[in-house]
Amino acid sequence: MKKKVLSVILALCIACGVLSLAGCGGNADRVTLNVYNWGEYIDLSVLPEFEKETGIKVNYTTYASNEEMYAKVSSGAASYDVVIPSDYMIAKLIEEDMLAELDFSNIPNYQYIGEDYRGLQYDPENKFSVPYSWGTTVIMYNKTVVDPADVADKSVDLMWNEKYKDQILMFDNPRDAFALALSKLGYSFNSTNPDEWEQAAELLRQQKPLVQSYVMDQIFDKMEAGEAAIAAYYAGDALIIQEENPDVDYFIPKEGANMFVDAMCVMKNTQHKAEAEAFINFMLKTDVAVKTAEVIGYATPHTAAKAELDPEITGNPVVYPDAAILENTEVFLNLTPEIGKLQSELWTDIKKD
Amino acid sequence: MNRKSLTKTLVTTPYTIWMIIFVVVPIALVVYYALTDADGHFTTENIFAIVDYGKTFAVSLELALISTAICLLLAYPLAYTISRMHTRRQSTMIMLVMLPMWMNFLIRTYAWMTILENNGLINRFVRMLGGEGFRMINTNGAVVLGMVYNFLPYMILPIYTVLTKIEQSTIEAAQDLGANRVQVFRRILFPMSVPGIISGVTMVFVPAVSTFVISKLLGGGKTFLIGDIIENYFLGNTGTVNYNIGASLSLVLMLLILISMAIMNHFDKDESAGGML
Repeated sequence: MKKKVLSVILALCIACGVLSLAGCGGNADRVTLNVYNWGEYIDLSVLPEFEKETGIKVNYTTYASNEEMYAKVSSGAASYDVVIPSDYMIAKLIEEDMLAELDFSNIPNYQYIGEDYRGLQYDPENKFSVPYSWGTTVIMYNKTVVDPADVADKSVDLMWNEKYKDQILMFDNPRDAFALALSKLGYSFNSTNPDEWEQAAELLRQQKPLVQSYVMDQIFDKMEAGEAAIAAYYAGDALIIQEENPDVDYFIPKEGANMFVDAMCVMKNTQHKAEAEAFINFMLKTDVAVKTAEVIGYATPHTAAKAELDPEITGNPVVYPDAAILENTEVFLNLTPEIGKLQSELWTDIKKD
Repeated sequence: MNRKSLTKTLVTTPYTIWMIIFVVVPIALVVYYALTDADGHFTTENIFAIVDYGKTFAVSLELALISTAICLLLAYPLAYTISRMHTRRQSTMIMLVMLPMWMNFLIRTYAWMTILENNGLINRFVRMLGGEGFRMINTNGAVVLGMVYNFLPYMILPIYTVLTKIEQSTIEAAQDLGANRVQVFRRILFPMSVPGIISGVTMVFVPAVSTFVISKLLGGGKTFLIGDIIENYFLGNTGTVNYNIGASLSLVLMLLILISMAIMNHFDKDESAGGML
């Protein structure tokens, strides 16, 4: 008898457990904001500061690529309030009507955003996004391993140099990987000519035996520990890596590089638009923007924050490239569906062979 | 309805609901996506598209089989040794087997990265002793090592559970009847432990054949397994999200696993029938 009573109680407990799982998130008096950002892309200490200041709880999660972010937000499986994707992905989200139009009266700190970063191609009317940081892709190398003669011309060819077989780290995402190959061929990163993409794929296939591994955030460990000698990655991260390992140096390849702007956006299906805008405004407070820029290493579009940063950083021509170098960079645009599909197929082929 | 069946219903209902929501519905979704195109029309195209991934399937199967075999070879003697220990020591030993599982799987795999790298712990040690150092990370061998390390406890535990139920007196009886050690193993221990081996093999093979984290971290993204492709199609890491191909690959993978399990269960019947004779 006792056993039976016990089993009924157990069953009820399990049932309650299931029900409470289904009903979770019902905490009404405290708003939770779901913020979805790139990995290693924030000073985490500012989040509790925001929570203390506003009483809004932040559920902070990260992704490793724009595509991963897109897969999550478009599946509808999880709902996010604030996302911080890159330019071409923002264009895609706008096109698919997934972003909310921002109410800039809730974001007075927008005044600090430099003129150069307003009304950019991906959001020409400046309605959906607030720039968070910007930068270019760079090639970094370990000075103790790489012969100075091989980097003298600052060419992307370094990524294909057979001398450094098994010492090269390559982007584990197709957009950046293809951009590298397209720049070597002298084609646009936004090429609409399938033939040019095929040629780029051929180059990437040739490169595969030379590549030690395809990585994203693992690059920090590997370059800092001297595990690899050459890697293509983003400027800000190169700066952070150099701090840990002074043997690492970097350059913007002469063939050109990708210039990107990552910007804060609010998802259209958010339940907490005002709170999301408060978060964006908070991230634009000068002291917060300074912290962000110092930790992530990328260039800031925030004029007041830039003025407060160490001149050694703001004077670094790779982090804040001058107009002549920027002239030679290209911003990613949203690819046409056909090219997007082709890119995906080519990349899968390269990876699986 | 009498009280007994009421209790039974109460006990089983949550489980049934759980199974429907988290097992039946997802499998139905996989089948649905595998057999439709992007617009939701019926098609068998996705299923035929997997021909392109034949090589990847082969590599995944090969690495999973090798890891399962190594796990079995390592786990059996250990499980046997533990099962013949004093009861008190047995629980200590089993706790030691499970201890690594208290730590997150991802962290343990990351740790192997640091151990195996060219400038990792092993190579630094070898160089300190004046050796040359050798390449371990980003090879198929490293992927197999990661699988064996992560899944070994799943092989040890079921085999141990079966072996520990075999009375020492059974073995002694066999010895009394003149069986030598090899005969005891071949005719008594092994046949009686087949159910444990089968669940162990299944529990190692299934996660090994479908893993994607291990190949990404220890294989450097160059050993591309079927799990990696499925992950890419669902997460869109190749630029486009394609649930349909992803689902059809998952479906084929599930079928492969089911077939291998059926073959294994066939062995089980043969062996236990043999054991009965």
